[in-house]
Amino acid sequence: MTSRLRSHIPLPALGLFPGAVMMLGVFMLLTPFPSSAEYGDVVINKRAEQAGMRPVIFPHWFHRIRFRCRVCHTEVGFEIRAGSNNILMADIIEGRFCGKCHNNKIAWGPQNCQLCHSGLPGLESGVIGGPTTGGPSKW
Amino acid sequence: MKRRLVEILLVACTGLMLAACSGPMQEQTVPAASDVFAPDGPGRWLPIIADGLHDPTGPGAKQLQNPAEALFYLPSAFSGNKVRWVEAIEEGYIEPRPSILDSNYKMQVLDLDVIRTRTGEMPMVLFPHRKHTEWLDCGNCHEWLFKSKRGATRFGMFDVLSGEYCGRCHGAVAFPLVECFYCHSVRRKDLKTPVTELEMHK
Ligand code: HEC
Ligand code: HEC
Ligand code: HEC
Ligand code: HEC
Ligand code: HEC
Ligand code: HEC
Repeated sequence: MTSRLRSHIPLPALGLFPGAVMMLGVFMLLTPFPSSAEYGDVVINKRAEQAGMRPVIFPHWFHRIRFRCRVCHTEVGFEIRAGSNNILMADIIEGRFCGKCHNNKIAWGPQNCQLCHSGLPGLESGVIGGPTTGGPSKW
Repeated sequence: MKRRLVEILLVACTGLMLAACSGPMQEQTVPAASDVFAPDGPGRWLPIIADGLHDPTGPGAKQLQNPAEALFYLPSAFSGNKVRWVEAIEEGYIEPRPSILDSNYKMQVLDLDVIRTRTGEMPMVLFPHRKHTEWLDCGNCHEWLFKSKRGATRFGMFDVLSGEYCGRCHGAVAFPLVECFYCHSVRRKDLKTPVTELEMHK
């Protein structure tokens, strides 16, 4: 009975093109989720919360208006992979990583804890909107 | 059998999409509507206090800039930051500094397009060096990620979707992967001189 019923249901034309079906699936998976944070924001929370500070939120959109990618990913030396940089607060105060700019010269200094340590408690490290947060690598 | 498979696939996709949309909801204080749509812009960018990432009760939330205050003034797109960043830089809306160490530094822009042909049913992929070297150094991609030889680096769409190769940046910081046709921009029949087709890889 069920099988007869099924054979009468007209299959969408899509079924004829496996490629198109795959594309549809991909589209559905990648459609930006509503009400998520700004694209490209990076949560850095390897140590911050364990040490009693709020997680750090790094906004790419804000910085890329002011600096080319090479400034941070070549000159400052951030690896292009969220979580692969071991950033200690001592490094920042001594002028490495964020501290290369956040030194009271190029930008405000490390005394403004609340501007970097601004995340909700419990956030996991990672980039917002990336394939590493929503795509097949998490299947 | 084949239909069965297709049905299962479709159901699975719909299920996954629903699961993704209803995702892990975080409890947070609901801001007033006037805050959500303030201060300017048509509400395409969530304000800091409502983005589910910043702590709206923390001291920093009120001091940080809302994306709408800056991004509203740049050429608009539908996805990602909702900004056409290439246009923004080429048409002079923004002028990001190329260096913090050398005030005379000029970006080394390379005008070289590379076409990747192993795309099956999709149009071919055109990789524009110029649009990338406006932002990036050769060393940000060569030789650790891509070899400097056309077609020498073997990867496919699955790698890109998994956050490797082009997907390192696209889908994370540069325009997201929903924009298939920014990359898949060259239809085979539009090419005057046919490129040597490389075989699909497995
Ligand atoms: C320019 C941004 C910035 C500012 C300003 C800043 N931090 Fe941090 N802080 C970071 C980053 C990035 C990390 C690395 C976070 C991680 O890996 O979890 C970090 C980590 C930490 C850690 C944990 C790691 C460690 O080295 O012990 C503590 C504690 C900390 N910060 C305290 C502070 C305090 C206190 C202030 C204010 C005096 C401050 N931070 C200001 C960016 C900043
Ligand atoms: C002001 C400094 C700065 C600038 C400018 C900058 N980045 Fe980043 N980028 C970072 C930091 C910090 C991280 C996070 C590193 C970590 O979590 O260890 C990061 C991470 C990334 C990641 C990794 C995301 C992932 O999926 O793991 C990508 C991709 C990236 N940046 C691309 C870019 C591109 C493209 C540009 C230029 C449009 C750019 N960045 C400009 C500082 C910067
Ligand atoms: C290439 C230089 C540079 C580096 C590296 C850098 N920043 Fe910044 N950052 C700036 C500048 C410039 C500003 C704007 C300062 C101002 O408004 O006076 C800024 C502002 C910010 C802001 C405030 C944004 C707002 O809404 O006002 C935050 C948060 C921030 N940076 C976090 C970080 C973190 C975290 C890191 C390290 C992971 C980092 N920055 C590394 C240059 C840099
Ligand atoms: C955003 C990443 C990226 C940047 C930055 C980049 N390239 Fe490339 N480059 C690629 C890719 C992708 C290919 C194609 C590789 C393939 O098809 O296997 C390529 C190919 C090449 C080729 C071979 C072209 C051919 O026709 O065989 C040369 C030469 C090259 N790049 C030089 C450079 C130089 C010089 C710079 C700096 C000015 C640079 N690239 C910056 C990604 C990049
Ligand atoms: C960031 C650029 C980029 C975007 C965006 C992109 N692709 Fe691709 N795609 C590629 C590259 C690069 C290849 C490999 C081409 C090669 O190796 O010659 C590829 C290959 C493919 C292939 C061939 C099969 C395979 O597994 O390699 C298909 C099908 C495909 N893409 C579909 C899509 C669809 C559907 C979308 C939109 C959801 C999309 N692509 C978005 C860059 C992109
Ligand atoms: C290191 C980071 C990085 C990698 C790797 C990378 N891109 Fe990009 N790409 C960018 C940035 C940054 C832009 C500027 C536009 C933006 O941010 O949305 C860009 C822009 C583009 C554009 C032009 C978009 C437009 O608006 O006109 C195309 C097409 C493109 N990338 C294709 C590719 C393909 C194909 C690959 C893989 C072979 C690739 N990219 C790898 C960073 C990257």
